[in-house]
Amino acid sequence: MTSSLLFNITTFFYLMSMLAFFAFIATRVKALGVAGSAIALGGLVLQTIAIGLRWKESYALGVGHAPLSNLYESVVFFSWTIVLIYALLDLKYRYRVIGAFVMPFALMGMAWAQLGLHSGIEPLVPALQSNWLLYHVITCFLGYATFAVACGISVMYLIRENHERATSASDRSIVATFPSTRVLDDLNYKAIMIGFPLLTLGIVTGAAWANYAWGTYWSWDPKETWSLIVWFIYAAFLHARITRGWAGGRAAWLSIVGFVATIFCYLGVNLLLSGLHSYGG
Amino acid sequence: MTTDQRRLSQFLWDFLCSLKLTMFLLITLAATSIIGTVVPQGSPPPEYLQSISETKLKLYQALGFFDMYHSWWFMLLLALLSLNLVACSIKRLPHIWKTITRPMVVMDAGLEKTLSNLTTIKTQEDAGTLRDRVAAVLKAEFAKPAITEADGAFHLFAQKTPWCRLAVYAVHLSVVIIFIGAIIGSLFGYKGYVNILEGESVDKVISRSDREIDLGFAVRCENFSVAYYDTGAPKEFKSILTVLENGRPVDGYNRVPIIVNNPLTYKGITFYQSSYGKAGEYQFTVSDINGGNPVLLTVGSNSSARLPDGSEMHVLETTPDIATYAQGLSGPAARVETHTPSGKTESFIVYANHPELNVQHARHSGGPLIHYRGGEERMYTGLQVAKDPGVWVVWLGCLLMVAGIYAAFFMSHRRIWVRIKDGTVTVGGNSSKNQGGFRSFMERLVTKIKDQLAMEEK
Ligand code: HEM
Repeated sequence: MTSSLLFNITTFFYLMSMLAFFAFIATRVKALGVAGSAIALGGLVLQTIAIGLRWKESYALGVGHAPLSNLYESVVFFSWTIVLIYALLDLKYRYRVIGAFVMPFALMGMAWAQLGLHSGIEPLVPALQSNWLLYHVITCFLGYATFAVACGISVMYLIRENHERATSASDRSIVATFPSTRVLDDLNYKAIMIGFPLLTLGIVTGAAWANYAWGTYWSWDPKETWSLIVWFIYAAFLHARITRGWAGGRAAWLSIVGFVATIFCYLGVNLLLSGLHSYGG
Repeated sequence: MTTDQRRLSQFLWDFLCSLKLTMFLLITLAATSIIGTVVPQGSPPPEYLQSISETKLKLYQALGFFDMYHSWWFMLLLALLSLNLVACSIKRLPHIWKTITRPMVVMDAGLEKTLSNLTTIKTQEDAGTLRDRVAAVLKAEFAKPAITEADGAFHLFAQKTPWCRLAVYAVHLSVVIIFIGAIIGSLFGYKGYVNILEGESVDKVISRSDREIDLGFAVRCENFSVAYYDTGAPKEFKSILTVLENGRPVDGYNRVPIIVNNPLTYKGITFYQSSYGKAGEYQFTVSDINGGNPVLLTVGSNSSARLPDGSEMHVLETTPDIATYAQGLSGPAARVETHTPSGKTESFIVYANHPELNVQHARHSGGPLIHYRGGEERMYTGLQVAKDPGVWVVWLGCLLMVAGIYAAFFMSHRRIWVRIKDGTVTVGGNSSKNQGGFRSFMERLVTKIKDQLAMEEK
């Protein structure tokens, strides 16, 4: 059994989970929602094993390091954190239908990694040979993942709000399976309440590492700047909820814009701009 | 103050306290920060400047886009953010402070209306017994209550973690502390670099703004080496450094290895492995065409030397054995470039073992006769040098921010009031966060109280 095979099976699980959630929304058969969650959880377990296996394989190759060192590994890890955060939310609140809006992100990540990215295990370049890499990447990615979940929830919020405005409450359409806007707004806030401290920690550990390795905790490198942009947006989100006229729909939009900025920070900066961070592949 | 002045200062104060301003500032900072990730910062490369139009270049310069994070308008936004933060806190803090230090210990009708977790229990027990039993439950399950007697009723009040209401202000304060740390760093610190040849020492470095800075001690590079993976990719860059005070190695700072991600710090100044290179010194003999007036000349790889006829000469590349490049020739050779006072530039090869070729060239060009004698190459290590006395203030701010955010989000100020009057026990409570969790806690608490009192519920 190789990690690569396991990652392929994981991708397949995420696909099935997403399809089960879509079918759940379309048919409202409860069992499909349960199946969606169960398959996602199964995929999460498989992926956890696969990541551990890849870690072990790197030691067998004599270049042992945590599997967080290039674009392929980080995309795989990102998918893993998204499903992890979704699973925690699901175990706690059991709003199954959210899976339909979150699993696509995890699936997209895995599919891209497996089909489009170079998956070889490579030795660590000198700049990444530090324990800070682990603290920095894990906190950032857990933060990013909660933003992905919050983005899915915000999309649901906007759909539901739009729907409530347009039709009567007794309507038995697909959207009626969504939690109420009040619940969605609350979940959105709860997700960001977890993500914001993680992103803050991610930025602080990044600054600490930069200071340790380069003698400057902040150099306005594009990646640093974009992480600050993301941070500003979610800080705005947190204040939007207590500002008259900003709560609700506008806050949901901020959450979506925040995730778009997050993705740009993660991928756009490396693929489109230049800087110190090495996940460019 | 005239009324106009008073109105103006009131307007200014309201403006600085407004959360709409906060939203505007946070979103504007996010949006404008994008500019500096797209427009190259510092001194942009010439190719970039060639690709934008003259008007655009002028506009970008006027708006400070080439150093936008230090431009006046970006600084203004940050200053406004700090003012907004401080003003908002000043406005709200007294009220919060009162909530914490002088809690409402009596649940009156007004407070009662605002509580969503409210239960009323009817009982026959006498008030003193009720008070003691409820107090015992509260103490066991929540916190020791304060008991007040007023208007013929007993009032119990208990609370948990009131101070976490301050957490938000700690977060806001932390932002200001980080700014202060950054300002200290930019006023009293510097960033610089220095290249040290193996075996040599330096006591000055060049700052990023091209200032020469005296370290107050010296640093010697004993050795520099690169290790490679089997694939040929670099694995480790390593310098061995020694700190010298008055020319003598300092205890504990003798032959310290530094690698990327593992710097050396001495007296608040930190040296980071950053780059490396090769530097050489090359010897030449320069004379008249017939060998008269010979002069010995040493040229470094990054410098040039003046020839007797006034020309400048520098070395482009060298080889210890020309045989690999030219058949039939052998021995050391150097490709040099000369600039004559009349503005002529010429590049050619001079040899160590083939004087006849050197003579041939001199005759042909009319310049002096140059013989190459050989050279010596040494590695140098490129170090970044940084001093930032503000960095600890920044870390303090970061710590406060992380702890503050944690307390603001995951802790809540929970308060419970109990009123015992005329055989009726009224229990109410509220929580500053996590309402759902508090509601289930209150349900369990009320059940416990009922168990203790064993009575009927209204
Ligand atoms: C212009 C600057 C800012 C102003 C005027 C401001 C003002 C406020 C106010 C009035 C509150 C509500 C406090 C309460 O509930 O009593 C608040 C909450 C908060 N602020 Fe700020 N703030 C600013 C910037 C920031 C920044 C840069 C951060 C970054 C970490 C931040 C983090 C928070 C957090 C975490 C909360 C708690 C939000 C919640 O409980 O949902 N604030 N802010």
